[in-house]
Amino acid sequence: MMMASDIRPEPTPKARERLLDVKGLTIEIETRNGPATIVDGIDLHVDKGETLGIVGESGCGKSLTMLSMMRLLPNKIRVTKGEANFGGRDLQKMSNADLRKVRGGEVGFIFQDPMTSLNPVMRIGQQLAEPLIYHRGMTKAEARKRAGELLKLVGIPGAEDRLDAYPHELSGGMRQRVMIAIGLACNPQLLIADEPTTALDVTIQAQIVDLVKELRDKLGMSVVWITHDLALIAGLVDRINVLYAGTVVEDAPVDALFDNPSHPYTQGLLASIPKLTDERSTRLSSIGGTPPEPGRRPKGCPFAPRCPLAEQVCHERVPSLEGVGQAGAHRVACFVAQRKLEAA
Amino acid sequence: MGAQPLMRIENLVKHFHVRLGAFGERAATVHALDDISFEILEGETLSLVGESGCGKSTTGFTLLNLHRATEGKVIYQGKNIVELDEKAMRPYRRQLQIVFQDPYSTLNPRMTIGEAVGEPILFHKLATKAELKDRIAMLLADVGLPPRFASRYPHELSGGQRQRVAIARALACQPKFIVCDEAISALDVSVQAQIINLLLDLQQKYGLTYLFIAHDLAVVRHISDRVGVMYLGRLAELATREELFEHPLHPYTKALLSAVPEADPAHERSRKRQILQGDVPSPLSPPSGCRFHTRCPIAMDICSKVVPEWRLARPGHMVACHAVTEGLPG
Repeated sequence: MMMASDIRPEPTPKARERLLDVKGLTIEIETRNGPATIVDGIDLHVDKGETLGIVGESGCGKSLTMLSMMRLLPNKIRVTKGEANFGGRDLQKMSNADLRKVRGGEVGFIFQDPMTSLNPVMRIGQQLAEPLIYHRGMTKAEARKRAGELLKLVGIPGAEDRLDAYPHELSGGMRQRVMIAIGLACNPQLLIADEPTTALDVTIQAQIVDLVKELRDKLGMSVVWITHDLALIAGLVDRINVLYAGTVVEDAPVDALFDNPSHPYTQGLLASIPKLTDERSTRLSSIGGTPPEPGRRPKGCPFAPRCPLAEQVCHERVPSLEGVGQAGAHRVACFVAQRKLEAA
Repeated sequence: MGAQPLMRIENLVKHFHVRLGAFGERAATVHALDDISFEILEGETLSLVGESGCGKSTTGFTLLNLHRATEGKVIYQGKNIVELDEKAMRPYRRQLQIVFQDPYSTLNPRMTIGEAVGEPILFHKLATKAELKDRIAMLLADVGLPPRFASRYPHELSGGQRQRVAIARALACQPKFIVCDEAISALDVSVQAQIINLLLDLQQKYGLTYLFIAHDLAVVRHISDRVGVMYLGRLAELATREELFEHPLHPYTKALLSAVPEADPAHERSRKRQILQGDVPSPLSPPSGCRFHTRCPIAMDICSKVVPEWRLARPGHMVACHAVTEGLPG
């Protein structure tokens, strides 16, 4: 009999090429009581041309994982183990000079809050031109021309006139478009979007999601979209990784995740979203309790204290991410789910 | 339903006077609320939705007399409460409570949870000092917190627990009506579901009426009896939950609903969204006529000239739009 871990994905017709491969990344924070683990040996990958959604609640380490790859962690938080390979090079070992070429060049970023991520005393044209001059060696005039094209690309009306505007003169949605234009300035291979629509209204949110989708298809880049909102990315991503307390608890193609969520945490998350078909005032199913704080991680599975299915083994050992169904493309880190699927 | 109105809002207007320019040399008026009329029925959950700056929070504040109304009336128990001064308002304050969005900044960090929940009880003389401890324990139990939390401080609590405390504090006054101003927006999905369940339980237990201000339409659809849609300081549409979500009439409501993502990948990939172009205009100089005409996909000539009438289009379904012909004579 084959063990779940022996199942290898079927070779797909078009061999997938890894663009980003994070292995065993561990992040710790310095606290008064010594170091506490925030991200615990996380594994994740993004293939060329793929869009990955990273979903989790606040404090699960989804943003820190992405920041740590680019070595942008704040003070007192550091990577203690693991590697992050981008196009075959380990970003953790790269020199600062080489890394600067990756940041904003091969990898573009969009952050949550465009008000604090844009420089308030710099015209947006200059902010757009900066990466072009630095990474592409363009002259000022060339960069300005390209900046105008970029603003047009992200759908800012009167793009050329807007180059001389300051961030405060634009609305929240327009500022987020400027952020996207900066992220895309150097035709990155990978765009990392960290909750780019959280601060925006629902109509503007829909505009931004559609814009990223359209630009991705046009420019053929890979995208990592970090969010807490499963519904938002349902139509955008190819694959989803669900994070809980600094580990990936489920990794699945988007349809498999929604049709057949296997981890009790994923099931709980999906069940707590109000549905169209609900009667008014039916009780929403909710997950009791709260995620563990860093430094107070339980010994076994981090979700065990809140899990309705937890058994003895869950409190003692940490489950690893193992392939289930669909030739291993759907993986889950849960003893109970793995046993159920093996029996089936 | 046939419920009695608990509160009647008549032609409510709220303007804020601000000074603009680097030296405040230009005076300007923010048209936050313009001529809003609706009723809140006893025991119902009425939700107000709309994009940021549409005036939904201002509505909540103004009808509790926390902002002074510029014009119009809010009739509660036969009295126009927005013309009352602070002292005359006091007996009504007890009955009309509010829960805010941010449970981190609304609790005093130097007060224990017990003190925070006990303060309104003592202020309104709803219990003696001797009864206070039991009353606090009862309120904490109501919101699903153990009595030992009374001696804790806000920083020791998670966001969801703090929001429970804020709700307990509002309940302490034995209110009839609670404004929930984005009360669950800052919480994580799994915790959000806990708080929604709690609000529904408490409503049943104490016969509370809620004005629920939110931007998450999936949540609103789940908990509301009726829903009002606001745009730039005016009501665009107000109807029962089924009416609004099944038969939206106003083009803005339709656009808003079409922007809401559903947790269904196949549906999301294939759906054609009706995406609104542009942003909400500034409330400093709102567009003439119908305020939505600058972004409306079906705007006509009349829309930029005449303010559409706020009228009944179908049973229990109010709307303000020139293009809607339902319910018009002839």
